[in-house]
Amino acid sequence: MKTTHLAQIAVRGLVAHKSRSLLTILGIVIGITAIILVMSLGRGAESLILGEIESIGSKTIAIVPGRQPTGPADIIATFTDSLKERDLTALSSKTNVPHAAKIMPLVFGSQTAAYGSETYRPTIFGVTEDFARIYDIFPTEGRLFGVDEIKSYADVVIIGREVRSELFGENEEALGKKIKIKGRNFRIIGILGDVGQSAFLNFNQAAIIPYTTAQQYIFGIKYFNRLIVEADTEENVPITVADIKATLREEHGITDPEKDDFFVETQADAIETVGAITNVLTLFLTSMAAISLLVGGIGIMNIMLVSVTERTQEIGLRKALGATNRNILSQFLLEAVLLTFVGGIIGIFLGGTLSYLTAFAITRFAGLNWEFILPLSSIFLGLGVAAGVGLIFGIYPARQAAKKSPIEALRYE
Amino acid sequence: MDLIRVEELRKVYSAEGVETVALDGISFGIKKGEFAAIMGPSGSGKSTLLHILGFLDRPSGGKYYFDGREMGAYGEEEMAAVRNRQLGFVFQSFNLLARTSVLDNVKLPLLYSGTPESDWEARAKEAIDAVGLSHRLHHSPAQLSGGEKQRAAIARALVNRPEVIFADEPTGNLDSKSGQLVMETIQELNEKSGHTIILITHETYTAEMAKRIIRLRDGRLVSDEEVRVRRKAGEYFEK
Repeated sequence: MKTTHLAQIAVRGLVAHKSRSLLTILGIVIGITAIILVMSLGRGAESLILGEIESIGSKTIAIVPGRQPTGPADIIATFTDSLKERDLTALSSKTNVPHAAKIMPLVFGSQTAAYGSETYRPTIFGVTEDFARIYDIFPTEGRLFGVDEIKSYADVVIIGREVRSELFGENEEALGKKIKIKGRNFRIIGILGDVGQSAFLNFNQAAIIPYTTAQQYIFGIKYFNRLIVEADTEENVPITVADIKATLREEHGITDPEKDDFFVETQADAIETVGAITNVLTLFLTSMAAISLLVGGIGIMNIMLVSVTERTQEIGLRKALGATNRNILSQFLLEAVLLTFVGGIIGIFLGGTLSYLTAFAITRFAGLNWEFILPLSSIFLGLGVAAGVGLIFGIYPARQAAKKSPIEALRYE
Repeated sequence: MDLIRVEELRKVYSAEGVETVALDGISFGIKKGEFAAIMGPSGSGKSTLLHILGFLDRPSGGKYYFDGREMGAYGEEEMAAVRNRQLGFVFQSFNLLARTSVLDNVKLPLLYSGTPESDWEARAKEAIDAVGLSHRLHHSPAQLSGGEKQRAAIARALVNRPEVIFADEPTGNLDSKSGQLVMETIQELNEKSGHTIILITHETYTAEMAKRIIRLRDGRLVSDEEVRVRRKAGEYFEK
């Protein structure tokens, strides 16, 4: 007996009970939709985060004060003031860290900026002129600040697109105007274009000033929130990381690496961490979806058992006309698999559509560069899992059907 | 040699510890080309006998030789193959698949037979033609009269060119006119095409259309004789 004939019989059996068949596969549809959604959104999120990390640059190394968090309780890291001016000096020495091309201190925080009666609360970044190269953002109007302005604690500021429009509106000239931050008048020397989000920082909402001014007059601190080091080549990143650690340990008098009061992050580390996190998340959410599939599978089994009882007479007739047990088993098994497979296809379509709409909404309303990704592997997984559920939960009802004795079946009315 | 031969055939059903003897030692033989009626009141064991003769069930004791081979020698798959290729069934309640055309219903046994698909259409049409239903090929059972349904079922029984046709109360659900037509078809199969036919009925009138009547009572054979004055189906209307 050919499979095509079996398939014809199965399709006819399912079409005869359209609404019941559709209700039966609802559980499978939901389960597969969830799997596709999770995998698709997971990949979208991963690609977004990786994009942000990549925009930091593969040669960039971040030194963060405090201990690297090892668990939730460790998040509030201690030693947040462990990076100081003398560390900057020590790291700048070519004998200590020979492959460091640039070293930039970074301090940040929120402060209210005012122009006349308009106010806005930008993120203040205290940096050196190297920030433009490191983050690949340059003013579209005006200029960067220079070394002299850093040395002289100058009150100059480069503002992001949103800061400009909030304080000055769309038409008023901003360049050269003065805005008030923490009682000091800052002259606007540069305005950034629409750079959006990069390296997890939203420069549209930024006010960028010399780090010296930021430390002294805005935040009143003597330490840095980060030290950003750029290695001369990508190959020299590992050796530079090692040099940085050795230098800082010597500066801070640390002999046991366990007691480090700083940690070093590279792009490669970050990519690895993100990959691990999204994998765990995807696995977790997928296993949630698996529960829905389990429930859906039990639903299939239930309905197939009802269907077998209802069609006792048909089974008996087929057997009387020469169908073997295996013919009957295949027929009902194929019906179950076909049912779940169709559920899988609907689920993939639904999941893909929902993921696409989500991606569209995130891009449109959250301003993130979220990409719609529907991994081919998720489609195959979805179809495979759907058919598998049909096989697993269809085998019992199909065996019940095959076991029916033809006379019992023909007598049934 | 007998095509069908049973010796001391027994069938005992046991349910919840109570044993019911349905067949209590029955022996007879049926030759190729015969037309035998098995008669008896309900509970006489005639349906049980039909199920065993039709390879739908196995006896509890005794022997059943079909075409010279004892039933015990057949495996489950072989029994299915015998039902499919050597036996044809006509049931009281027709048992046609609903929402399925006459043509497709008649094709059903071919599906399990290994006959090349290219032959299916011709074989099914030939069988439908033999029962005079060619004008109803694409009708579904719901669009047919009772007599037409039973003739479609006969066509289905014929399609694999079986050696024996079993008819289990074929007129039981029909009015007398349709019943006569169906019996006429069955008689023709025996007389013109030489099919061996075993008819199960509780009506003497219908049984007398066969050539031989085997009477059962309480699981035992009470008589086995030739029909002296054979009825011709359709004569009822000719008068």
